[in-house]
Order: sequence, then structure tokens, then C-alpha cells
Amino acid sequence: MGDTTRNPVTWLGSPAFPTAAKTALADDQLRRNLKHATGLIRTKRAGAVAELADWEQLRLSGEAIKDDVLANLDTYLLRFEESVTARGGTVHWAKDAAEANEIVLRLAREAGADEVVKIKSMATMEIGLNDALQAGGVTPIETDLAELIVQLGNDRPSHILVPAIHRNRTEIRDIFKATMPGTEDLTNEPVELAAAARAFLRRKFLSAKVAVSGANFGVAETGSVVVVESEGNGRMCLTLPETLITVMGIEKLVPTWQDLEVFLQLLPRSSTAERMNPYTSVWTGVTPGDGPRNFHLVLLDNGRTDTLASTVGRQALRCIRCSACLNVCPVYERTGGQAYGSVYPGPIGAILAPQLGGDMHDKHAASLPFASSLCGACFEVCPVRIDIPSVLVHLRAKAVEAKPRYSPEAIGMAAMSWVMAGPRRFHVAQRLAVAGRLLSRGGKIRKLPFPGSKWTNSRDLPAPAKESFSAWWKRTRG
Amino acid sequence: MLWYSVHTGKLWVQISRHPMSSSGSVSIVPTEQRAGRVALFATCLTDTFFPDTARAVVRLLERLGCSVEFPQGQTCCGQMHFNTGYRAKAAPLARNVASVFAGYDAVVVPSGSCAGMVRHVYPDLSVTPGPVYELSEFLVDVLEIEDVGAYFPHRVTYHPTCHSLRMLGVGDKPLRLLRAVKGLDLVELPAAESCCGFGGTFALKNAEVSSAMLADKMSCVLDTGADVLTAGDNSCLMHMGGGLSRLQAGVHPVHLAEILASTEEEPWVTPLATR
Amino acid sequence: MPGGSGPVADSHSRDVILARIRGALGDRPAPRPVPRSYERSRDFPSVLDLFAERVADYRAIVHRVTDPVEMIRSTLAGKRVAVASDAPPDWLVPDVTWLREPLTNADLDTCDGVLTGCAVGIAETGTIILDGGVAQGRRALTLLPDYHLCVVRADQVEGTVPEALARLEPTRPLTFISGPSATSDIEMDRVEGVHGPRTLEVLIVDGGTA
Ligand code: SF4
Repeated sequence: MGDTTRNPVTWLGSPAFPTAAKTALADDQLRRNLKHATGLIRTKRAGAVAELADWEQLRLSGEAIKDDVLANLDTYLLRFEESVTARGGTVHWAKDAAEANEIVLRLAREAGADEVVKIKSMATMEIGLNDALQAGGVTPIETDLAELIVQLGNDRPSHILVPAIHRNRTEIRDIFKATMPGTEDLTNEPVELAAAARAFLRRKFLSAKVAVSGANFGVAETGSVVVVESEGNGRMCLTLPETLITVMGIEKLVPTWQDLEVFLQLLPRSSTAERMNPYTSVWTGVTPGDGPRNFHLVLLDNGRTDTLASTVGRQALRCIRCSACLNVCPVYERTGGQAYGSVYPGPIGAILAPQLGGDMHDKHAASLPFASSLCGACFEVCPVRIDIPSVLVHLRAKAVEAKPRYSPEAIGMAAMSWVMAGPRRFHVAQRLAVAGRLLSRGGKIRKLPFPGSKWTNSRDLPAPAKESFSAWWKRTRG
Repeated sequence: MLWYSVHTGKLWVQISRHPMSSSGSVSIVPTEQRAGRVALFATCLTDTFFPDTARAVVRLLERLGCSVEFPQGQTCCGQMHFNTGYRAKAAPLARNVASVFAGYDAVVVPSGSCAGMVRHVYPDLSVTPGPVYELSEFLVDVLEIEDVGAYFPHRVTYHPTCHSLRMLGVGDKPLRLLRAVKGLDLVELPAAESCCGFGGTFALKNAEVSSAMLADKMSCVLDTGADVLTAGDNSCLMHMGGGLSRLQAGVHPVHLAEILASTEEEPWVTPLATR
Repeated sequence: MPGGSGPVADSHSRDVILARIRGALGDRPAPRPVPRSYERSRDFPSVLDLFAERVADYRAIVHRVTDPVEMIRSTLAGKRVAVASDAPPDWLVPDVTWLREPLTNADLDTCDGVLTGCAVGIAETGTIILDGGVAQGRRALTLLPDYHLCVVRADQVEGTVPEALARLEPTRPLTFISGPSATSDIEMDRVEGVHGPRTLEVLIVDGGTA
């Protein structure tokens, strides 16, 4: 992957997850904001899902449709390209982030724009498009409220759907006051904050020549593109500027228009816990007299084909970016998204970022699959049934393969496996372990040297029993 | 109440669905027929650290009319290796489990995560597992018993461990068993389905996150005012119990098996008394 | 002409990506039939009641009428309101200043509101779908004004998402509207009123009940 350049899906210089998590855990305000927001959305999602008696059937269909797309990706992409082109759109293909950025910058310049309005899109965040545009002299303006908060606060996103989930209303008010003209008297009421963003962006929408969007779905059969949103900033970007550039991951397809009936039920209930999100836009190529006159679609690989090559890992490409797995994840709830060092945080990030990045020798990427207790809450809520725990374990094996063969951990694991593979060795080890009782008081060990201290820093450890069960059985019944 | 009688050379169990009345609906179940040859897979952790749990399983199952065998060749299911990314090191352990327990009609495991490992992961390691049951599954699904005739006069809260809940799908079986225990005051654990933060080597590799999860779990446990915290897995109990013990919170971690094994004649005693 | 730039420069990447896909799918997973055991339609006691209730759940204002004209008059009197060029003539009551397409963005940005029809409604989700057909106009028409009055005929309302999608022509520009513009970006709670119309008012026209 990325022969010449590094894949920006993970942020350069990110520390390994445990280190970043430690910093995040120390931030009390962050902990409270996350607990509040994730707690709220979890309960709401459960309610929205419980309303549909056929939820599990919808999940099974969603899974199968996406698997079909992946199994025939070449066919569907060609069909999609043909349909988009036939309706007046232009399709571009980008192998990696650098190429996609180049294409978008070139198209923006050709349209004579020094400013582009943007709809929140994971694909453009993944490739670092904003930095590339800025470097090329084109100013990107984020129009999604949460993205705007992140952009104005000079911050990094921490959630797929609500990139500013780590901020509470008062913090948002302070960011707006510091950066938006005419907001001196702003209160922290959400309605007022939304109104401030409306006023701030309206002029931009009316004057922009070029908009950049992502896509939630592309329909291979018809060439239609779907964007699902809440605020209406998406509609503004998709309809007002003369030129629209959409960056879409190659896995975002569904085969037919009918397939959308599954995903338009799965997505809103999983993401914002609504029966339907406020606005969904569907367009096909160019429509004379309605919306942009030029439509460019950039199909993005950037590690997706490498991910596709793994029979276990490819299911991550079913993801529809609903963020339900983040909201239920006990690890995410405590650390927030930035600790993952990628635009894709949480459980899906832990399996997607390392696969797209494709470099398990990278210490940070290799730490991500371990950022989970494997509790399985993510799999339970995932609308396309991605077995995230299994993929995590699969990637852990890849991380281990990339490690030196004689790391202390590898030696320890090998020794333990050897001991455990033979019952006699195991029973000898059990008898030796009883010596551990010397460290204990009242049957409890309170302090161990590293790495045991990782345990005993916050918990006692029971001492091994004086007589193991197997020894007892042998003595009394054997 | 339940009792045994030998009938035409077979062991029979009679169970009353209403423990407090002798006139409740009564079913007669040939336990040995239903369960066949039963083996206990104690798991390495329980064998080494929590022999009381394994003894409790034996006592319980024997009381219910099963004859339980304990194949001495058993060691560890390999879950820790597998889940930490050492697949190749897990494989010989899986093969050992499969061969040691070959030929049994039921292998009872007092651990949701080890049972999940054997049932759901072994096929992926090209090992074909026999019929394994987590303890509550074995009692409710195979023996079809909810009232095991236990007596446990304590205030108890139950934590559904993640693997028993989501990998095995034991649902409310443990709760049904607990509700039938005489004298037991069951209090609901708030946010019960949240992970306690153990997660095997996660507890070491991401010790700080694990501890933060543990802290929230402990505060929920303490909110219940329970004297006893129970679960179907000694690994999670070791983690939660270790945290409670560090706080000297006065809440005892007790495996479900030990509660179900406890009777009026032979009641459970707090572990401190025996140490 | 901006946008005239073709994909020539990236045609090499197209081949590379397609080749990578074919390589990655060396195992060509066998096609599995897609299970479609979910419900395509449901037995709702009254689709129209449900539609009214669910639209109102989004804090949109809902009226049920037998004839929309009176309600149009009472709601819009004295206002400057945009309409599509093919709006039904009987809607265009005299006490309203009607701004008919073609209009500029500035016209739309400064008018008091917009009146449209719709293509399809979805009861279960409280959704209105516009497809640029009769009385709906282009997409910007219902976007820039701060107020949207939408007339929905009873026969346009379907029960479920699958039923509604089956009635649409996917290649038309479609807009699904479920309540007024809103955001969940502040502490993950829904707040109405960001970039789209902050007030959505719906007239459900049902010949039967009032
Ligand atoms: S992995 Fe599943 S739950 Fe997580 S964001 Fe993707 S689709 Fe949603």
C-alpha cells in the first residue's frame, strides 16, 4: 500500500492506543461529555430499533447485499460508472489519497474556485483533503455543524457522525464566540448555537462555485448517489454551486434501487436513532435546470482493495458508517475518538484503520486491534452485522506476526502454550504457582512487579489455591 | 424440592416447579438418559485459583443425579492465546481439549467465555468440538431444571458476562436459576450488560481503560447494596472481585455454581472464613 | 468550460484498481442469495393517521383538511411566498404575494416561505419525498426559504419505506424530508433549525375525513 506516500487514514505521529488512552482518561470534562452523549444515544437507538419487528431480518439483508457488492465489486463499479456517465456525470478513479486529492484540487481550480463548501464526509477526511486543498490555495469550508466546530476549534474529529461529540454546549459556545464575528452575546442554548452557524454559513452557500461531498450510497443500476444528512447543509452544497465533486469509497455501492429500502431503514435508526434523518438527497448525474451543471465522481481505493483481499477482514467494508458501534463501545465511551489516532475511531476504526493503512509494523496501527475487551456490544448493534470481535482477533494475529519473534510476550505465550499442552507439565506448573502464596496475605496479592503491576495497580489478585482442583480430585477420587 | 430414586436401575430426578410447595406440578426426568456421560471442564483458571467453584459444580450435578467425570488430561482452552493473536499457540491446546473430552455426551464448563471459545472458535482452528455447555445452559437446556434446590440467604446481584451474554446467548437462564434459589434476595444490577473491563490480556495491555471500566462497574455493584456479586465466569469475577477487594467494599465475588451448590444442609460460607 | 476536464489522467488508475479487485477476489466468494424476509408492507390501522402522527413527532405542524385552499389562505395571507411554475392555479389565492419560478437565489433567500406539493409520503417514518414533479419545482426552491408549506394528498402516502421507494423514479432528483432541518451535533440531541427551512407545515388533504 502507498508505495511512495503514507496513508493518512491514521494521523502521523499518533502514540500507541494505551498511551493516548491514558491522556484521554485523565480529561474529566471529556469523560463526562462522552458519558452523557453516548448514554443518551444508546437508549434512543434501542428504542428506534425496537420499533421495527423485522430489524434482524433487515440486518441479514443488509449484510448479504453488501457481501454481494464486495464479491462482485468490479462488475458493480463498471455498471455504476456507465450509469453515471450516461446521465452526464464524469467518473474518476483514485488509487490512493494523494491521487484523490490531486483530482479534487485540479477540478476545483478548473472551476475557478478559491473556496469550496464541504459536506461532512468520512472519505475526504480519511484522505486529508482539506490540508491538500489549503496547500493548493483553495480554502475548504466545512458546513456540517460538528465539522465546523472541529474546524473552528482547530481540533481533530472524535466520532464518525458527530466529530465534535467530545465538546459540550458551553465549549461550543466559546469556540463560536472566539471565531465567528457578531456572536458576542451568544448563549450556550443549542438552538442559538445552530442559528449562529446558519447565519455564518448562509453567505458561503450562496457564493460558492464548487462543493465537495462524500456519498452514503451509490446505486450501480441507476448511477444514483445518496447523501443522508440532518441540517440541510448537504442540500445546500448539492444544489447551489455550479460544480459538485463527490468522493466515494469504492465499497459504497448497492446493486439496485430497491436495495436502498433496506439501508434507508437501517442507517437512520442506527446512527441518530431517528425513524428517518431530516434530509436525504438522491441525484443521478446532472439534471438540467436543477442543481449543479457539472458533476464529478471520484472513486477512491486507498487501501480498500487490500482490505478486500483478506477473507476475514473484508467484512469491514460492509460498514455504512452509522457509528452505532462507537456509541455502545465501553472503551470508546471512556477514551473518546481522538485516542485512536484516526478519522475512524471506536470498534470500526480499530479494524478499519489498520487494514486501510496496511502497515502492521507501525506501532500505533498495530495497537488498535487490542483496544477492545472483545465484549461484543459492537457486533450486536452493527446494522450490517460486521463481526468486529472476530476481525479484531484476526488483526491481533497480524500484529503479532509483524512483531519480532522473540519479544518477551511471544516467549511467554509460547512457554505457556507448551506448559498447557501437556497435562503433566500443567500440574507441575500449578504446584510451582502455589509458591505465589508467599506474596499474598489473607489469600490476596496486592502488589506485583511489572508486568503484574498492570493488574495489581488497581485490583487485588487472588493467590493460587493451596490445592488445585485437579490435585484435589486425584487425591479424593482418582 | 428434589429428590432421587432408583428405578429399574436408572437414576430419576423429580423436580417440583414450586420449591415451597410439595403439591406443585411435578415432572419426572431421567437425568442420566438426558445428560448421558457428563464431563467437567474446570478450565485452567478455576482449577488453579478457584477449586471451590469446580467442587461446587460436581456437588451440584451429582445432587441433580448426574455422574460427573473429570478427565485428568484437561488443561486450558487456549482462549487467551487465541484472543491475543497467538493462533498457532492456541491450536495445540484446542486439540488437547477435543481429544480429552472426546466421547462425552456433555462437557460442562463453569465459564461462558471458555465455552464460547470451544463452541465458536474451535471450528476456525480446524478442531471439531464435542457438545460443550456453559453451566446454566446445561442445567436449563439439557437437564431442564430451574429450581436446583439451592439455599442461599444473601443479597445477590448478577453480572451477565459479555461472552455468556453475546457469544453464547445464555439470556436469562442464570437469572431464572437464581430466582429459584431459596432465601436469595436478587437485586438488579444497573447497566448490567456493560463490560466489566476484564477482556483477558486487555486488562494488562490497556490497564488504565480496563480500570476505568471496572470503576464504573464497581459503583453499579455498590449501588445495589448486595453482599454477593455473582457471574458465570471466574475470570470476570476475579477482575471485579479484585477491584472490590482493593476497595475493601465488603462484597464477595461468588461463582454462580457455588450459589447453586449451596444448600440448607451444606450452606456456602464466606471464603475469608476458610482461608 | 469548467468541468470539461475528463478522467483521462486517471484512466490508468481505473485499470489498476480493477486489477487489484480481481486479485483480491481470487477466492471469488460464491454468490449467496440475498434474504429478503423483512416486511415490505405492514398492517397499519390507518396509514394516514400514522403519517400525521409521525410527521408531527418531528415537531412539524400538521393539518388534516378536505380542501387545501382555505388553509393556504389562512396560513399564508399577507406573505411573500415562492411557488413552482406549475403550481395548481386554485392554490394561488389572492391575499398572498406569489413569487413564481423562475426566481433567483436572492429571491428565495428573502421570501417568507414556499408552497409545494410532493411526490410520495411515508407514514412509518413521517417522511415527505419531493421528486421535482408537478408543483414541487427544483430542489433549491424548498431549501432556501425559512418556511415550507407542503401539500400531501392522501393517495400519495404509503405505509413503509419499501412501498414508497417502489413508487419513485430514482433518476429524478429526489429529496426526502423528515421534519424541519435539525441537528444532533450538540450533545447528540436533536435540535430543530439549522440550514434548511426551520418551520415545516404539512397539509394532508383527505377527501374523507376532516
Ligand atoms: S461497523 Fe457497523 S455499527 Fe460500526 S459504524 Fe460501521 S455499520 Fe455502523
